[in-house]
Amino acid sequence: MGVAVLLKQVPDTTAKISVTGGRVDESSITKWSISPYDEYALENAIKLKESGYGDVVVITCGPARASKCLTEAAAVGADKLIHVVTESGSLDSIQIQALLSAAVKESSCDVVMCGKQAADTNSGSTGPGVASALGYSCVGAVTEVSIEGNVISATRLGPLGLEEVEVETPCVFTFDKGDTELRRPNVRGIMMAKKKPIDSLTSDDLGVDTSNSMVSVESHSSPPEKPPGQKFVGAESVPAVVNMLRNDANVI
Amino acid sequence: MSTTVISESSNNSLHPITAQLVGAASALGGSITIICPGGIGATDAAQISGVSKVISVEGGCFNTYDCIAWSESLSPLVKDDLILSSSSAMGRELISSIAATKGVPVVQDVTNLAEGLLVTRSIYSGKAIEEVRISSPCAISLRTNSFEAAGGGGSAEITTVNVSRDITVAVKQALTKAGERLDVSEADIIISGGRGMGEPSNFSHLYEVADALGAAVGASRAAVDTWDDIPHSMQVGQTGKTVTPNLYIAVGISGAIQHLAGMRSSKYILAINKDPEAPIFSVADYGIVATWEEALPVLKDQLSEILSS
Repeated sequence: MGVAVLLKQVPDTTAKISVTGGRVDESSITKWSISPYDEYALENAIKLKESGYGDVVVITCGPARASKCLTEAAAVGADKLIHVVTESGSLDSIQIQALLSAAVKESSCDVVMCGKQAADTNSGSTGPGVASALGYSCVGAVTEVSIEGNVISATRLGPLGLEEVEVETPCVFTFDKGDTELRRPNVRGIMMAKKKPIDSLTSDDLGVDTSNSMVSVESHSSPPEKPPGQKFVGAESVPAVVNMLRNDANVI
Repeated sequence: MSTTVISESSNNSLHPITAQLVGAASALGGSITIICPGGIGATDAAQISGVSKVISVEGGCFNTYDCIAWSESLSPLVKDDLILSSSSAMGRELISSIAATKGVPVVQDVTNLAEGLLVTRSIYSGKAIEEVRISSPCAISLRTNSFEAAGGGGSAEITTVNVSRDITVAVKQALTKAGERLDVSEADIIISGGRGMGEPSNFSHLYEVADALGAAVGASRAAVDTWDDIPHSMQVGQTGKTVTPNLYIAVGISGAIQHLAGMRSSKYILAINKDPEAPIFSVADYGIVATWEEALPVLKDQLSEILSS
């Protein structure tokens, strides 16, 4: 019993990204945050806890800086903090999922929540991958959950539209942004969170081999700059612009 | 390198991205097998040029969507070193689960694929481009409209396999049907509104232009956060959808960095904003400094005129 929340620390979505020497310059990123969809996972996990379902264990996989997102989660109510310490950006999806799955197993949580994708790569591989690795069920793009016994009802955006589904634990839920309001930490929460111990684990502790990544970054680059566009003043310029869209750009 | 393509369907027929997945696979050489979950679109898939084999997978579990049941049904049929899917929400989820089941790495939302395997994808929603080398066997999802579609005229053999794993996710109730309207991630033309539209009801003016153009309607994060009537599914930007249409029309959107990240790779951008200093103009090919109240009626009239002629 209990809910494990998988958090990823990413550059804040307002951060500028600069590339130096073929790599994103992480040192120039001034603000790191919990990936936005993961925040919805955390909020829903805390709600589940408030309805009586075990503790909330937050787990992150990443370099030293990532421990900050665990403390932020503790400030709004996470009970136990696990940091799987790895180098930044060197692991493939199988290795990351193996590390996270091993940490979930250690936590003995039978409900796992995370964002439907992280704001850095927008991949969305982790939730379903961890579910497959653990042999759990998986429900994606969820906005709300409620539990009765070991049956969880969830609202999800499926391929056919918004649906209410039921699933038994153990299960992984990946969260979309819904109507859920995120709670903000209060001063007491922030003070308590600073004292909360973080359980740091290495790949050796978890018995996962991370030596041979099948994926390696060759280069990063900035998106090509667009040539400056043409600017017109007033609605009377609309016909001329429509003409250019049709005859020069050929898009309408 | 031989490739297995997981087909994509919509409204019970084959989605055009499937031919783009085949096109990308053909460029790498080797045999191409298409797996059709639920058997949807198998006949059309067999007609895509360059396909050697189609596996139509039929079974009760395909009546509703359960990522794990689908992946467990499909994974044993995947024999090739490269697995391709679309990078739609379902495509990504399914290929993640198949990759994990097979113990191979996955890279998502790829926009270029070359031998070696060298793949390109955008990161931080387009604020940077990443080139990644990935060893096969592996799984890769491809972004819509980034690859040349394979043509027709094929006649691949279709094998039907009956397999169904237990469903663990039971659909109790359909709350709202998927929008009748085109989704922003599928559209060639998008017209998006921001908080500058004043009221959510004013989006009706955007829908009128969209109808004239066959476009999808999107929104900025500010609009989605401010108005309950504008759903998150319409949001373009870093915490919404990253889009690359041929034409993106931004109306009353100032152009926050998160929004620009999600739409700056569009082929052409038209911005309409009353503030001449709005950052949206920095990425626009065509900028019109005007209020939407002034500009949209003219735009609508012009479009009906030229599109009906």
